[in-house]
Amino acid sequence: MAHAAEKLPTYVVTPPPELEREPLVLNGRSPAWISDKIAGITEGKTPRWWWIALGISVCGMLMMFSMIAYLVSTGIGVWGLNQPTAWAWDITNFVFWIGIGHAGTLISAILCLLRQRWRTSINRAAEAMTLFAVVCAGIFPVVHTGRVWFALMPGYLIPFPNANVIWPQFRSPLLWDVFAVSTYGTVSLLFWYTGLIPDLATMRDRAVTKLKKFLYGLFAMGWTGSNRHWSNYEKAYLILAGLSTPLVLSVHSVVSFDFAVSQVPGWHTTIFPPYFVAGAIFSGFGMVLTLLVPLRSVCGLEDVITKRHIELMCKVILATGSIVGYAYGMEFFIAWYGGNPYELYAFQNRAFGPYWWAYWSMITCNVVSPHLFWFKWCRTRMWFVFLVSIVVNIGMWFERFVIIVTSLHRDYLPSSWDYFRPTYVDILTFMGSFGLFCTLFLLFLRFLPMIAIAEVKAVTPHADPHHPLGGGKLGGAHR
Amino acid sequence: MSNTGKPYALVAEFETPALAMHAAEMVRDAGYKRWDVHTPYPVHGMDGAMGLHNSKVGWFTFIGGTTGFTLGMLMIWWMGKVDYALPVGGKPLFSPIFAFPVAYELTILLGAFGTLFGMMLLNRLPRHYHPLLKYPRFRNATHDRIYIAIECADPRYSDAETRRLLESTGSRHIEVVED
Repeated sequence: MAHAAEKLPTYVVTPPPELEREPLVLNGRSPAWISDKIAGITEGKTPRWWWIALGISVCGMLMMFSMIAYLVSTGIGVWGLNQPTAWAWDITNFVFWIGIGHAGTLISAILCLLRQRWRTSINRAAEAMTLFAVVCAGIFPVVHTGRVWFALMPGYLIPFPNANVIWPQFRSPLLWDVFAVSTYGTVSLLFWYTGLIPDLATMRDRAVTKLKKFLYGLFAMGWTGSNRHWSNYEKAYLILAGLSTPLVLSVHSVVSFDFAVSQVPGWHTTIFPPYFVAGAIFSGFGMVLTLLVPLRSVCGLEDVITKRHIELMCKVILATGSIVGYAYGMEFFIAWYGGNPYELYAFQNRAFGPYWWAYWSMITCNVVSPHLFWFKWCRTRMWFVFLVSIVVNIGMWFERFVIIVTSLHRDYLPSSWDYFRPTYVDILTFMGSFGLFCTLFLLFLRFLPMIAIAEVKAVTPHADPHHPLGGGKLGGAHR
Repeated sequence: MSNTGKPYALVAEFETPALAMHAAEMVRDAGYKRWDVHTPYPVHGMDGAMGLHNSKVGWFTFIGGTTGFTLGMLMIWWMGKVDYALPVGGKPLFSPIFAFPVAYELTILLGAFGTLFGMMLLNRLPRHYHPLLKYPRFRNATHDRIYIAIECADPRYSDAETRRLLESTGSRHIEVVED
């Protein structure tokens, strides 16, 4: 080991300039700084912007709940649905929200397996975003049934012995979706909670009030940072990442089966699963950026969520946006090449029919805007990134709207063709779901560490026993 | 010093992971069994320095996952073919193909529960009482310090010997923590 011992520290201290990477935490911040900074966000006086944001969000949330109350008490006629457009904003919103969730799982699971260590700064907030997006998503398929008590009653969606002695229809992709989405929500929660355990212990040990100490302590389960525990914990975390990876790919695939398994032209295509998954990750990263770009400046986290992090996320948007653009092109090609006149008509109708405005909004937002991220200038201007991230979100909402409404509004029976227009109930319910999402996210920011403290500490040079900052000495290799 | 009662462990504080890792190697080589290193973040290589074996969490995942898959398939087969046959379009009453998505999701669901509960079981968590949690300095174990605790119940433990060992590791703060 003697020769390795001489080489190792020199290599660690000064890699050749071309191999040098930007540090993940800037300004050489120490582990102590990291816990003070991140836990400090929840410990200080509640800032005024938080109260204002919470006020607005709660109003939005209440608006959504009152719209749902109106819908449930009156019937789904309060929405703009008609025959043949029996699915419109409800399912669009469902797919939109569930798609947003996918970025959180991609960051926490797939980037973990790929050893992308930059994920540590953003995974906690992204996972929280996933959970809250799944909550918002879950509302729409339930309320779109109109008589929600049937959807919620065990035995209809969830297999449970009931008075009608029948079981759910397991051949239906809609039922697969029930399992996929509920598994997704549950596993995301488990993964998020597992990641939180060491940080809850940090919060417990810093807490000054009895109540905080009790609550953080309760959920930290008595974590002492024992290395025997870390050993099992790290393995469990890795396995959860391994389980979440096929899960996240399956969830949006199953969502796409809701459409692809049907016979509707424009839906019945094999490209749907990969195309939906790429779109979901694309929109999710849009939302992560929408949330984190302002937060990093408001909370002063520029040293932890660095420009490099933002740039890398922009590159993911570029990659997945390109896949989405390719899928749009391929859909059109197959519609022509497949020789099915109904399929071809559905696609011509998308681009040039009555919903042309929705189609071209989608193309502008999803195909054109991500390609701005080829340029470093665009990736490093925070206001610009923020703007594009919102455009991406709008584009992805339009994508689902285009897929659902343009395919349905012209069915095989021309006498029933119709044009869908949303009512104010449609619009306010959707807007209100942002209120619910933001309320949950703001509460998360206030009471839980928004960045994985222990994980970020672990990627600093101070935590590396071979690095001089971690106490590593020249020739000090260990057995 | 925390409470009255009998001594629980001799605890040494370290400022850097490198020092703590060398110390852990020395404690391991001295043949102690009931001891632990408490770190605010996972330290790469510490498992080896402590002489720990690979974690067994994976077995719990495996048991959870296979249970989920089997349960899913059996449930769909029993509900749709045995208990209440519901013929649709002449299609088979049961086929592993249409049952796959649900069984797949249940594999992951129960696998994830198996992983989390397996981790908790192996770590004996939740454990809300721990003598070290009463030791005021130990608050830094979730902040930026590393602690090595050698339990007095270890067969090799002796007040003088163990203290000498920990002193030789370069720790600047060594203290007995009571139960």
